[in-house]
Amino acid sequence: MAAVVAEAVLPPSELSPGRRALRRLVRRRGAMVGLVVVVAFILIALLAPYLSPYDPLATSWSAIRKPPGAAYLFGTDDLGRDVFSRVIWGARASLLAGLVSVCISLVLGVPIGLAAGYLGGWVDALISRVTDAMLACPFLILAIALAAFLGPSLTNAMIAIGISATPVFIRLTRAQVLAVKVEDYVEAARALGNPHLRIAWRHVLPNVVAPLIVQATLAIAAAIIAEASLSFLGLGQQPPAPSWGSMLNTAKDYLDQAPWMAIWPGVSIFLAVLSFNLLGDGIRDALDPRHV
Amino acid sequence: MLSYLLQRVATIVPTLFFVSVLIFGLQQLLPGDAALVLAGEDRDVNVVAHLRAKLHLDEPLPARYLYWAGGVLRGDLGESLRIQKPVLDLILEKLPVTIQLAVMAIVIALVIGITAGVVSAVLKDTVWDYAANAVALWGLSTPNFWLGIMLILAFSVSLGWLPASGYVSPFEDLRANLAAMIMPAFVLGNAIAAVLMRHTRSAMLQVLSADYVRTARAKGLGERVVVLKHALRNALIPIITLGALEFGTLLSGAVLTEQVFSIPGFGKLIVDAVFNRDYLVVQGVVLFTATMYITLNLLADLAYFAVNPRMRG
Repeated sequence: MAAVVAEAVLPPSELSPGRRALRRLVRRRGAMVGLVVVVAFILIALLAPYLSPYDPLATSWSAIRKPPGAAYLFGTDDLGRDVFSRVIWGARASLLAGLVSVCISLVLGVPIGLAAGYLGGWVDALISRVTDAMLACPFLILAIALAAFLGPSLTNAMIAIGISATPVFIRLTRAQVLAVKVEDYVEAARALGNPHLRIAWRHVLPNVVAPLIVQATLAIAAAIIAEASLSFLGLGQQPPAPSWGSMLNTAKDYLDQAPWMAIWPGVSIFLAVLSFNLLGDGIRDALDPRHV
Repeated sequence: MLSYLLQRVATIVPTLFFVSVLIFGLQQLLPGDAALVLAGEDRDVNVVAHLRAKLHLDEPLPARYLYWAGGVLRGDLGESLRIQKPVLDLILEKLPVTIQLAVMAIVIALVIGITAGVVSAVLKDTVWDYAANAVALWGLSTPNFWLGIMLILAFSVSLGWLPASGYVSPFEDLRANLAAMIMPAFVLGNAIAAVLMRHTRSAMLQVLSADYVRTARAKGLGERVVVLKHALRNALIPIITLGALEFGTLLSGAVLTEQVFSIPGFGKLIVDAVFNRDYLVVQGVVLFTATMYITLNLLADLAYFAVNPRMRG
């Protein structure tokens, strides 16, 4: 309690940088709206079994392409499945793909970038050239090629998206490490005789985390679009399992008979991506006061 | 000048080498015997044997790479197993369609993106600025295949103004060609317009606070002349360089847009190849794309170098 009171009276300049950033973030309306929508989507994904009125896979020959109404809030699809229930379950595939693929990018990209920036020399030269080569292949085209060669499934789509997004994290980590490793505290840690791995892990990494958080949030947005794109092309979540992208792929063939099939999966992708973008922009502005 | 040029050109050699290793490596991801997978469902014994010999599958990996890379250097990207045509011929056949789509998309993106960026920088912190920023965020968050579907729903299904699909060559019927291409071009240009708008806004804000703009205003020049002639001209350099980096977005977007509108271009080629398990075509398309990307970036760098006297030293 005393801490809360003390914090309330302290002028912002005396708060820790982390708390100051948090304060700036909370004051940004766009970021807060983004956060609320993100949390809402996470809850929808987690509570899908309780929220969906119907089984998302249950077909009904008597309810094929029924327009939205009291019985079916968003209407039904070409096999008589409830679109509302499928949109709810689709949140699982999209959020899972967003989070898992960005985790893959972080797990691969951060240590590699750290090694390139910290070690320098031929290690850096080799990593940088491979990164350049990966960045030369457009993100989605590389993901399509990887997903095609790995075989179509949601897991492979996540791997493909994660690998395709890795070079951005390698570059970002490397650039940050190059800036941080000449700082006095790193020099001091080295002078004290700390081993390289400890210096990289305990002294360099914590100081490059901020831009990585921003990039990761924005990368989740890109990964959600990428998963939807791969599923739309038939390379992600396989039918009959629901995903927003594959729902749009089916909907495209019934635009004149059942236009409602195409609306809600797209609105969901849009809202999920928009909220992660708003949150990412907000975090960036909050962590970097020069941006405001 | 010459040393910079040579240095810059030299850096693309290792990049191209690693690109080729990466793309060759894709084949190693195929589960099981590559010849069996590549031969497709019917798995004709002769085809399998032919593939095994053609791809040197019985030889060690480095030797296979050398055979493959040697072929690529001679312009041999392999042969499509489905269509029985050289991959390079297929790519060159489809490329003009995608180039037309891309050029139309870029024109739309430039018009929308630069106009919105200039307006929002000049009218900073007004309703116009907020509106332009909101539109940019919308453009960045809308999946372009969904935007395409919504446009088809509005302009083809409901209003009946434009065809939902069906490509016509511009040499056959220019009017029908433009009618079929305008929606996909808008869809493709939309996301790039958003990026360009953001670049233009920040470049313009920077330039508008520069001394020479203040001088121009102090001379009593009209606002229009100051903004368009003094500020925008200088802001355009970074915009165009950054814009060149959007080439990847353009090609990635073209894959989805061509799929939605059934346009027989480069993007549809790779998707069809994926579904036909025509892996050599997939490999060829990725290699071709990466090479184009590297070349365009090189050209953009050289153009930047040429127009910016400060870099010549």
